[in-house]
Amino acid sequence: MTTESQVHPDHAVETLDRVTIRFAGDSGDGMQLTGTQFTRTSAVFGNDIATLPDYPAEIRAPTGSLPGVSGFQLSFSSTDILTPGDQPDVLVAMNPAALKTNLGDLRPGGLLIVDEGEFGEANLRKAAYASNPLIDGSLARWQVIRINITRQNELALEGLPISAKQKFQCRNFYSLGIVLWLYGRTMETTVKWASDRFRRNPDILDANLRALKAGYHFGETTELFHTRFEVPAAHVRPGTYRHISGNEATALGCLAASIQSGLPLFYGSYPITPASDVLHELSKLKNFGVKTAQAEDEIAAMGMTIGAAYGGALALTGTSGPGLALKSEGLNLAVMTELPLVIINVQRAGPSTGMPTKTEQSDLLQAMFGRNGDSAVAIVAPATPADCFAMALEAFRIALKYMVPVIFLSDGYLGNGSEPWRIPAVDELPKLTYHFAAESDAGGQFNPYERDPVTLARPWAIPGQKGLMHRIGGLEKSGATGDISYDPGNHHRMTLTRMGKVARIAQEIPSLQVEGPQQGELLVLGWGSTYGAIASACERARADGKSVASAHLRYLNPFPANLGDVLKRFKKVLIPEMNTGQLSLLVRGQFLVEAVPFSKISGQPFKIVEIEAKIDEMLGLTGPFELQFSPASVLGGGRS
Amino acid sequence: MTTVVEGAQRGFEESLPVLTRKDFVSDQEVRWCPGCGDYAILAQMQKVLPQLHVPHENIVFISGIGCSSRFPYYVETYGFHSIHGRALTLATGLKTVRPELTVFVITGDGDGMSIGGNHLLHAMRRNIDLNVVLFNNRIYGLTKGQYSPTSEMGKVTKSSPYGSPEHPLNPLRIALAAGATFVARSIDRDTKHLEETLLRATQHKGISFVEVYQNCVIFNDGAFDAFGDREVRQDRMIFLEHGKAVRFGKNREHGIRMNGYLPEVVRDAVSDEGLLIHDATNPNPALASILVELAYPDFPVPIGVFRDVVSPTYDELVAKQVADARAKGPGNFEDLLRSGETWEVQ
Repeated sequence: MTTESQVHPDHAVETLDRVTIRFAGDSGDGMQLTGTQFTRTSAVFGNDIATLPDYPAEIRAPTGSLPGVSGFQLSFSSTDILTPGDQPDVLVAMNPAALKTNLGDLRPGGLLIVDEGEFGEANLRKAAYASNPLIDGSLARWQVIRINITRQNELALEGLPISAKQKFQCRNFYSLGIVLWLYGRTMETTVKWASDRFRRNPDILDANLRALKAGYHFGETTELFHTRFEVPAAHVRPGTYRHISGNEATALGCLAASIQSGLPLFYGSYPITPASDVLHELSKLKNFGVKTAQAEDEIAAMGMTIGAAYGGALALTGTSGPGLALKSEGLNLAVMTELPLVIINVQRAGPSTGMPTKTEQSDLLQAMFGRNGDSAVAIVAPATPADCFAMALEAFRIALKYMVPVIFLSDGYLGNGSEPWRIPAVDELPKLTYHFAAESDAGGQFNPYERDPVTLARPWAIPGQKGLMHRIGGLEKSGATGDISYDPGNHHRMTLTRMGKVARIAQEIPSLQVEGPQQGELLVLGWGSTYGAIASACERARADGKSVASAHLRYLNPFPANLGDVLKRFKKVLIPEMNTGQLSLLVRGQFLVEAVPFSKISGQPFKIVEIEAKIDEMLGLTGPFELQFSPASVLGGGRS
Repeated sequence: MTTVVEGAQRGFEESLPVLTRKDFVSDQEVRWCPGCGDYAILAQMQKVLPQLHVPHENIVFISGIGCSSRFPYYVETYGFHSIHGRALTLATGLKTVRPELTVFVITGDGDGMSIGGNHLLHAMRRNIDLNVVLFNNRIYGLTKGQYSPTSEMGKVTKSSPYGSPEHPLNPLRIALAAGATFVARSIDRDTKHLEETLLRATQHKGISFVEVYQNCVIFNDGAFDAFGDREVRQDRMIFLEHGKAVRFGKNREHGIRMNGYLPEVVRDAVSDEGLLIHDATNPNPALASILVELAYPDFPVPIGVFRDVVSPTYDELVAKQVADARAKGPGNFEDLLRSGETWEVQ
């Protein structure tokens, strides 16, 4: 693969372990595409990759305005990579608004590539710049590369039979060409992609390829860049890889559960950001027997899913925080009727409608307790975008085995983020088993609430089976017969049984693994999408000789059986969470340890440096650490 | 209306065991108040079920909350007593994954028109093959006597001591507006009419919606007496028959005709000429919409089938999309996992 690196002899080459680039422009500038193309190229080259796309909340904000800025950040590395990076090393800003909203994040001394052709008076005014930052000296902290991309691109496309607007839209490929050159990457992957994408439109294809090549050759011939960079391929596990976002992985994981169980998948859902992609993915899969229903509301989606589970399908619904609130009554019916189903919650910043396009982990307590009565559900949480696949399968495995609803807590950062994924062989996947009750097991009188002694699961008796006609519902059941019962002792026992059934799942879920020292000074405990930042920060701290362990929970209810023992082995426990301390509350309540919450509720993921700084504070190496927020960052989510 | 019974439509063998009313009586003690109209509906349903000619175990009753929603406990079939207003959503999920089942939804004016109103609209719009029976007693019974969305304006109840300030809904108007393909009304005390109406509803492919005027002896006794009493019924109700003039009276001597765009009563109409001729199968719901507006005391109250049209059902269309996609080539999971751009790492 090193043959792909075609470093020009005229430029010095610096080898780097890891680079983070952010492409930012107007939402019509095609920055997501630019980022995706660079990501693919680097993945094919063999780097490890993590990405974070960021779209404006508005579908089409005015061109050139601050709210209309769209960004895409990717980090590529020659070693194992766990997050899309804290601070970009390189920022490509296609207009003043993109510069203004992203500059705050660029590493001091970082490379800033701007399209100076877009820094006219009108655009400066839209971005609320009083003076032109390219000439007023305010960019002195960075290495600024001014290129009139708009003009150069225009020249490159001169004479092509397409409109001026269409030509303007090729600017992203021009800038992609520059960056591909800068990192010694070939144009091959992008050329291949574009040739397929624009195969029905040869003029547009021609224009995009010309723009791409012009940008690439500009990099080569210009004197603006003194150095090119190389990020060697990473050592990753052999296999076939693809890129996968968390939402795609979630959909595929649920389909895998259908294939591994033999049960047809039903997905009932109401569109909601950022979970809608799961509906989009699954609705394409009719050839796998998947039935999707776009319900009239969240409540109906939940009800349909209960109906599907009752009918013996592999039943799934999905939503985001406010939708989970609407589903809670129905979810409780599934708890009471003990039907197997999975609820995906791709969390977003709350409360209420909150910040739909921004990430947060603040629905843990809603998932845990957001229902009337003593009502336990199982909860799992994937740690990375690709992990969504494995945990979706796991959610269904638990649901089918224990006859319980399972909540799958993803979040916007996982759902939209993507990473390379080693495609599993189908025979590596776990088999999921289930059992439909049959007349022959009933032995005369069928008791819909007679339980398996090990799992406490009740029989799954679906309509259409002879001899098993029975009635279930939301009213308290008499143990065994399932008839309505107001008997005091029965309700006491049934409540404990339902709670105990969920607790028993702990008997077979994997033990919590501790990275680093197995006991000692400090354990950093996390769950969900904070995995990358926490694990990276702890690795760095250990590399600096500090005694810091990390552990990551993928099972939130019940917890892994060894969690209590793990907690006891450390003097201090730090829990970074994108909420005000919800896991901390659970851990303190259940284990009586003084877990210290580290909260970030800004709609942005943790930065590695923030967790490192908090670790130093916990170890007594520094004073109290305060989070700093950059107000205007796009990927940071400073906009409303 | 079709004369083919549902079982035959669905291709079940003639060799199904012959069931009787008693086969549909469950072992649960019926706990409605003595004299409640629900008893009559239960009895007629238990008479209709053996006539469906579908396997006994393929029948499911789903309900929400309210007095009427106790129904599933009392019929010997599969039953699901769910939560407030949501029965239709469960039924939709069930029917979508198990189209071969015969699914009933039992609801009331509170459950179906108030807390579950939205689901009713959308189930009808989808034309999913469910049989919905709405017990309309114009009161909240289980919660002990508050006004319901079908209670008349000014009604004095526990929650409206100064009279209800709300305009009532007409469930059939809603059903027609939402595009229901089978819309009917019956009344608890006319058991023969009720049995016939329920049977026809179950024979309809697509959603069927039957409103049953049902007397609540405790909180709204006599709500339908003014026109439903045996002595006055012939004069104050219209028994709709498809293809026949809209007439009423002991000897069907009176009729309804249009005057401009408004209906009017014609006393002693000798000939059918000029009278409305009922046409339940017309795809245009205009006539049905006029008939559902007829209300006592200005008009006699029509019961019977207002609308009975054929249209593709949701469960069928969903199943067809899956079948068509699979006919083109069932999905290959390995290929799907490897779709998009992939690369090899050695």
